[in-house]
Amino acid sequence: MRRILSLARAEVLHVVRDHATMAQVFMVPIIQLLVLSNAATFAIRDTPAYVVDLDRTATSRGLIRRFAASGHFKIVEQSDSQALSNEALLDGRVTMVLTIPHDFESSLVRTGVAPVQIVVNAEKGSAAGIVQSYAGRILASYSAELTSVLRPSFRAAQSLSPPPSRGSPHIDVRVRSWYNPTLDYRDYMVPGILVSLVTLIGTLLTSQNIAREKELGTLEQLNVTPITRGQFIAGKLLPFWALALIDFGIGLTVGWLVFDIPMRGSLVLLFGVAAIYLVVALAIGLWISALVETQQQAMFVTFFVMMVYLLMSGLFTPVDSMPRWVQLLSEFTPVRHFVQISRAILVKGAGLAEIARPLVILVVYAAVMLTLAVRQYSKRTA
Amino acid sequence: MSALLGLLRKEAYHIRRDRRTLAVLIFMPVVQVILFGFAIRTDVENVRLAIVDPAPDHATLALRNRFAATDNFRLTAVVPRVEELEGLFQRGTVQQAIVFAPGFADRIARGLPARVLIITDATEPNTGSAAQGYALTVIQTYERDLIAQQKTASAAGANVRIVLAVRMRFNPTRESSNLFVPGLMAFILTVISALMTAISLTREKETGTLEALLVSPLKPWQIIVGKVLPYLAVGFVSVLLVILEARLIFDVPLRGSLFLLLAEGLLFILVSLSLGILISSRTSSQRVAMMGAMIGTMLPTMLLSGFIFPIESMPLPLQIVTNVVPARWFVEIARSIMLKGVGLAYLWQETLVLAGMAVVLLVASTRSFSERLA
Repeated sequence: MRRILSLARAEVLHVVRDHATMAQVFMVPIIQLLVLSNAATFAIRDTPAYVVDLDRTATSRGLIRRFAASGHFKIVEQSDSQALSNEALLDGRVTMVLTIPHDFESSLVRTGVAPVQIVVNAEKGSAAGIVQSYAGRILASYSAELTSVLRPSFRAAQSLSPPPSRGSPHIDVRVRSWYNPTLDYRDYMVPGILVSLVTLIGTLLTSQNIAREKELGTLEQLNVTPITRGQFIAGKLLPFWALALIDFGIGLTVGWLVFDIPMRGSLVLLFGVAAIYLVVALAIGLWISALVETQQQAMFVTFFVMMVYLLMSGLFTPVDSMPRWVQLLSEFTPVRHFVQISRAILVKGAGLAEIARPLVILVVYAAVMLTLAVRQYSKRTA
Repeated sequence: MSALLGLLRKEAYHIRRDRRTLAVLIFMPVVQVILFGFAIRTDVENVRLAIVDPAPDHATLALRNRFAATDNFRLTAVVPRVEELEGLFQRGTVQQAIVFAPGFADRIARGLPARVLIITDATEPNTGSAAQGYALTVIQTYERDLIAQQKTASAAGANVRIVLAVRMRFNPTRESSNLFVPGLMAFILTVISALMTAISLTREKETGTLEALLVSPLKPWQIIVGKVLPYLAVGFVSVLLVILEARLIFDVPLRGSLFLLLAEGLLFILVSLSLGILISSRTSSQRVAMMGAMIGTMLPTMLLSGFIFPIESMPLPLQIVTNVVPARWFVEIARSIMLKGVGLAYLWQETLVLAGMAVVLLVASTRSFSERLA
């Protein structure tokens, strides 16, 4: 135990003495959490729109007003030239072009049906679908309004003749958005970004640690001491584990004070899981470090691992959207399980029973990675 | 000049001799683009659905069948009471629940409003909204079919209807890979290029060989150029491979000029390498340089370049901040050339910004390097 502690003390001194590293460990994550949490959103603000009104009637102007007043669209430009609208779409000034054909009103009065066209810049994928559904909603409510204005005769005729039955079938649909009723992306992203920052720092610090001692030659000195392999790994793990846990606590406080993220579940449970999770993340870092020869190699391997962590763990894009084989692969990233757990605890208020499956995976993972790290570090100097 | 050539030769030897690192530099982007090109998707499919049906009748069963029949839903639970939903949601076995009120068929038959409640796990707001949209469509179609069964044809034409014709330009199928692969290219190239040069100078500092360079007749700018140029060649090979991959594996269209895309790619690599060299000239140990390059480029580039999250969605101050992220401009350029097929006439501003960044970063690293000399 004494050996573990003195090795841990040496590591703490290394980090604390180095001001640049201290700043990277404590300041950078907080700044990034504050800034990036606002960036990670798919929310769609007012879409810049171009209107080509070839009809120029009260009805077409009414439609344009509905679009402008909906809060989903901002009408940037208006003309009757298709070529100009295309230009605006190509150079990115607008995301959507609304075209109203020239017999719009008359055709509505005569036949009751008229087309309008929207052209959406679908470069940005999912956003385009949502823009389309907004437009659809505006058109539906506008047509309902127009029915009474444009075709009063039909309305009158309808109300005069008794309806065929007591009333048409009507389904009353109510919609509830649980856990995030205001659809605020920050409630979802802050826990995720916090987890990724803590993981990034922890893995980086540990992954180049042993490699650095190899490069400097100080590993030889440790190898000739009576320290055992298990004690060595424990001594390396402990200080960074504590640092990362402190980082996690600071980040959580920032999330609570600044972003007012929900904390429905038990914080004690969350910290308990974080403690287990960090053992996994740091053990992976140490294992990498024992595996490679130079800090440069350590960096590239860490880079690859971090990319997998960030992009395949469901942090930013949902795991459910991934193809089946990627979902299976993502089971191997500890981040996926911890992100799932922290969102379940913080946002949904889950208890121990609800997070049992990912928690068991993390515990097994911790045991496996610790064993691997200890075995990978050999005191032989072949 | 011959001194510069000498330095270039030395750097090229370094790169060539270390085969393993060279392989990593060239093939890592290729592997990552494949892996993450498949992984990054935002389509919402197979929503896990629970049905709460306290008193099943023919109408609720018909509607349940319709939900089961669409590709968008996967029925994972049928429970009799709403109280049981909470645990299912918390465990994540269910993303959405359809709750029927008792007497559903009876109320429909009598023309009374029949109540359905859609409860959605909106933790991830977009998935939630999309799932709600799917469910609403299923229910509304069912309602319309019921009305059509009942009503005579004459009454149906009474309402005014505006028909929406939608054209999705540039990415008609809204294929996720068309959207994300060009961005992914920009992202991976940034980080890997910054990493390549970030430790190049610090390693020389740590091993003490920088002293040897300093006493040589090389000027500071020559040292910087000598460190950047060889990696530019390595980076260019990555760009070529990655573009090839986007075309062959992900079938991302290349509507614009390949030559322009390659030229812009080269310019962008230069910017990222310069960023790495700047980090390198400012830091003293490999550890700090590496952490700086990773923490400084990875998350900000991922989140602020518009590669995953659209820039228009960000608050205005952040939108301004994104202007200093080099990848932001290359994401724009790559998407425009590949998907929109536009040329330099539309992209000259973005190109100018990248060129300006390269100059500023190179000058800054030369200057901080010469300050060290004094």
